[in-house]
Amino acid sequence: MQATTKDLLIRIVRLSFYALTALVVVALAWGLSSLNYGTIARHIGKVPGGALLTLELVTLSVILGFFVALPTAMMRLSPNPFLRYPAHTFIYFFRGTPLLIQIFFVYYGFAQTDLVRETFLWPVFKQAYWCALFTFVLNTGAYSAEILRGAIQAVPAGEIEAARAFGMSKWTAYRRVILPRAFRIAMPAYGNEIIFMLKGTALASTITLLDLIGVARTVIARTFKPIEFFLTVGIVYVVFTYIFLWGWNRIEKRVNNYLSQQS
Amino acid sequence: METVLPYANLFLTGTAITLLVTLAVLPIGICLGLIGAAAKLSGDPVAMAYANVYTSVVRGLPELLVILVIFMGGQQAVNAVADLVGYEDHIDFDAFTAGVIALAFMFGAYATEIFRGAILAIPKGQTEAAHAFGMGGWLTFRRITLPQVWRLALPGLGNLTLVLMKDSALLSLIGLNEIIRVVGIAAQATKNATLFYFVGALMFLFLTFITMTIQKRLEIRANRGVARARG
Repeated sequence: MQATTKDLLIRIVRLSFYALTALVVVALAWGLSSLNYGTIARHIGKVPGGALLTLELVTLSVILGFFVALPTAMMRLSPNPFLRYPAHTFIYFFRGTPLLIQIFFVYYGFAQTDLVRETFLWPVFKQAYWCALFTFVLNTGAYSAEILRGAIQAVPAGEIEAARAFGMSKWTAYRRVILPRAFRIAMPAYGNEIIFMLKGTALASTITLLDLIGVARTVIARTFKPIEFFLTVGIVYVVFTYIFLWGWNRIEKRVNNYLSQQS
Repeated sequence: METVLPYANLFLTGTAITLLVTLAVLPIGICLGLIGAAAKLSGDPVAMAYANVYTSVVRGLPELLVILVIFMGGQQAVNAVADLVGYEDHIDFDAFTAGVIALAFMFGAYATEIFRGAILAIPKGQTEAAHAFGMGGWLTFRRITLPQVWRLALPGLGNLTLVLMKDSALLSLIGLNEIIRVVGIAAQATKNATLFYFVGALMFLFLTFITMTIQKRLEIRANRGVARARG
């Protein structure tokens, strides 16, 4: 059999990977042995607090963001232009600009305007925590709205027609048939969005909050050991991500279990 | 308008740097993605494990963390390695280099999955037909596989480019004078943060819009030979 160039390419890649692996193992061993573990041990007590704040921010933003996303998605699908266009603009703005500029806009801009300063909003928005949470909720709300919109549109037409044939009104059909089905369809994309939010909350550290990254940056500012502490919180992030993915996949399998019996 | 105009020059430089970062990352990231996809499809356990670790680690790490590690740790690591090989001079690791490396590293991981999907989506019969015509492996790859990988990967790559452009905003935190940084400077000087951050957001929306237009053009061009069902 003739060896194709694809095979040849793969062989070259394979060889370089072997060489690289040897190099990486050596570099890792050398790097890990030269880390300052004493400093890590001395400051690791601050990590759980940061982890807790990160988890708190993700959980609250995702839950509150869902309540922003659902009405937005339904407005986006509405035939009424007065509902559709505002939803569209909101989604376009939050998906089209970086989270960093959104958070700066709220913290340095919006929170300092008279509209906020002179009203009951000030006690809330003078705190970086609420500014961050507010931004995260709107941001994940916009992304999730697009996910839910796609999922609602992906509900098989036959199922909606069946609901109508049973005499369900539009809202009953939404509540009993369309939305439960759409949530199941949205599960994989929604899981991704939650992971992006977990990573996105790192930006809370830019407005003085002490989440995982915030903690790492304060410790590094004092100890000048960037690799040690970024490695420590990096491991925490990766562990969180994969624990979450594992749990999410289980839920997904469970709620979509009935589908496997169809085929 | 009178508040914004004096800063127009600064904004243009910022936008240019954001664009420059994006354009510098794209080719490196695409190469990393192709290598990653080749490794994942190679069937070789070591190469596959390597690519899997790469994509899963990037998936779990915050973008900000990767950028900070490469900027702060990279300096340390590069000079340590240079010392080891006997290079005495201090090597400068500026924000632009660090940022491009960090963003390309992350872009490559997501591009790996896109290219892998695209290569798997090409019907096997086509490569077999090409072999039957007597084409060699490289010719098959260049004439049959690659043009279609491009077509199938374009929508995914377009999305990734938008993500990349937004992630490049994070480089302002390591001192690169891109849009957010210059907007922040103007905001501090004029004490009008609401206005200037809003202008910054608009510039990103403008860049997003242009990227999407280019993507659409490229997609139309890449799909010109494909028959579409009439809806």
